[in-house]
Amino acid sequence: MAEKKQLRIATRNSGFIDPENIDSYIAAGGYLGLAKCLGEMTPDQVIETMKASGIRGRGGAGFPTGVKWGFASKYASDDKYVVCNADEGDPGAFMDRAILEGDPHSVLEAMAIGAYAIGGNKGTIYIRAEYPMAIERLKIAIKQAEEKGVIGKNIMGTDFSFDLDIKYGAGAFVCGEETALINSMEGNRGEPYTKPPFPAEAGYWDKPTIVNNVETLASIPAIIVKGAEWFNGIGTETSKGTKVFALAGKINNVGLIEVPMGITLQEVIMEVGGGVRDGKEFKAVQTGGPSGGALTYKDLDVKIDYESLVACQSMMGSGGMIVMDQDDCMVSIAKFFVEFTMEETCGKCTPCRIGSKRIYEALDKITMGQGSLEDIEKLKQMSNAIKDTALCGLGQTMPNPVLSTMRVFEDEYTAHVVDKKCPAGVCSDLLEFVVVDDKCVGCTLCKRVCPVDCISGNAKEIHVIDQAACIKCGACLDKCKFDAIIKQ
Amino acid sequence: MAKINTIAELKKLREDLQGAAQANAGKPLVNVSLATCSVASGGRDVMAAMKEETAALGLDVEFVQSGCMTFCFAEPTVVVTLPGKDPVTFGYLDAEKAKTLVQKYIKDGELVDGVIPVGYERIVL
Repeated sequence: MAEKKQLRIATRNSGFIDPENIDSYIAAGGYLGLAKCLGEMTPDQVIETMKASGIRGRGGAGFPTGVKWGFASKYASDDKYVVCNADEGDPGAFMDRAILEGDPHSVLEAMAIGAYAIGGNKGTIYIRAEYPMAIERLKIAIKQAEEKGVIGKNIMGTDFSFDLDIKYGAGAFVCGEETALINSMEGNRGEPYTKPPFPAEAGYWDKPTIVNNVETLASIPAIIVKGAEWFNGIGTETSKGTKVFALAGKINNVGLIEVPMGITLQEVIMEVGGGVRDGKEFKAVQTGGPSGGALTYKDLDVKIDYESLVACQSMMGSGGMIVMDQDDCMVSIAKFFVEFTMEETCGKCTPCRIGSKRIYEALDKITMGQGSLEDIEKLKQMSNAIKDTALCGLGQTMPNPVLSTMRVFEDEYTAHVVDKKCPAGVCSDLLEFVVVDDKCVGCTLCKRVCPVDCISGNAKEIHVIDQAACIKCGACLDKCKFDAIIKQ
Repeated sequence: MAKINTIAELKKLREDLQGAAQANAGKPLVNVSLATCSVASGGRDVMAAMKEETAALGLDVEFVQSGCMTFCFAEPTVVVTLPGKDPVTFGYLDAEKAKTLVQKYIKDGELVDGVIPVGYERIVL
């Protein structure tokens, strides 16, 4: 990589400092942002800086952070809360965990800045209990920050005080939705409620509350220190700054990347990500996890920002990017994500509870070769109806994997229902394993490995697979050294 | 831990810490990635092996732990900074390779396999 495509703002310290030593963070310019706010800026100026920077929520929906803070600052209350949403749950996403494990103080500092801006005094980090190392490092960070006097009573000798605690989630996906998260923090079932009132008015314990994602928070000290204009100068017209993505799936450089908004998908996959594994053909990338959608080989020139992704029926999401190649079946992928949402729906609203089940059943039917063109139409109708009627973000975005894969790969859906074929060769009910006669040398390896004894043929003679008895496990295909078995 | 009582004290502490780091720059620095993924792929073993080998060779090396270095595909990873040189990131390590790294690169400055090109610019505050 000749040119440096990545710019690390939110992840500026991860991998460079010792996360268990506050001095290491302070040496890297830590708490200077908070000091600047307390010493040189009024709360309103902090909010104006956030607005001018153009930063939008990195948790997925992309709401302008400064505007959110502005709302919360307007409501008078004895207590106001800053909540860090560390309930990262998208399959394949691990940006927040990496930041919390590598640079926990940046999150604490930003929460204190947020509290100062909105006139608050309490903060809570909501993190899932399955992130033990992140929790451990957060605890150490909070303890050290309190001992140093950068969190707690009269921070750095000023009259601003800010206390922090941690709440553990049990790993329910819906708890990443801010109203469900607040319910869960209060000890109730993790179910969302209708907005308004927005948390900025009446959130945690009915007090004004701002809920910000880990990555958003981690960027904030840098914005304060380097200024709104600096941040605003990075990115596109509507999406400023950088975004962290977790590259996973069939890509060479699996890992975290942080790139300026507006970078093209081509650059992310082929250059930063090092291309698709084993020289295979790039097919699509799922962004935004189960709430997002697939960007495809046709979208390689799309500039990654909030609006362009929505235009492709996907969304920014929290930053998971699961790369798929020619061997992935898009119907199965959609089914996988809908199954995830179906299991994670809280069940409160009907469109999400029943809709996810019905969509899953339709997709399952199609992958088994029992679907019809009518099922595809029904899928579309149901998807659109759920989008419009579900209570919270989880339900409203649940059909996205279906709609976005249909956008470009409707032919793949059609192939499943009309030709009863899975073009990618994934759906086992639609596959046949057959012997290529002129390649088979009769070595008997496949015959010996077949768990159901459905391959017949003598040594040095062409073998035959009994399709009725075959369970499509693929053991013969893996074993054959002569490429004499194909799936079709 | 001394409490920071004013904003000026925070800035002073930062300068002192940077000064101390400068004073330490004469020693090789080994930064070992120890986030969940790195630990899972054997980062702690790599650190232990390197410490053992530097002790055996009588080298004075500073070790620090850090979080995710973003190169999941190449874990465990370490960044080695030799005095007066740019940091170099090494990946795909195990205990054995880590010892070779100490013997060759840290001791004699001779590069070994597994160097990861760093494709990012980083904001420094």
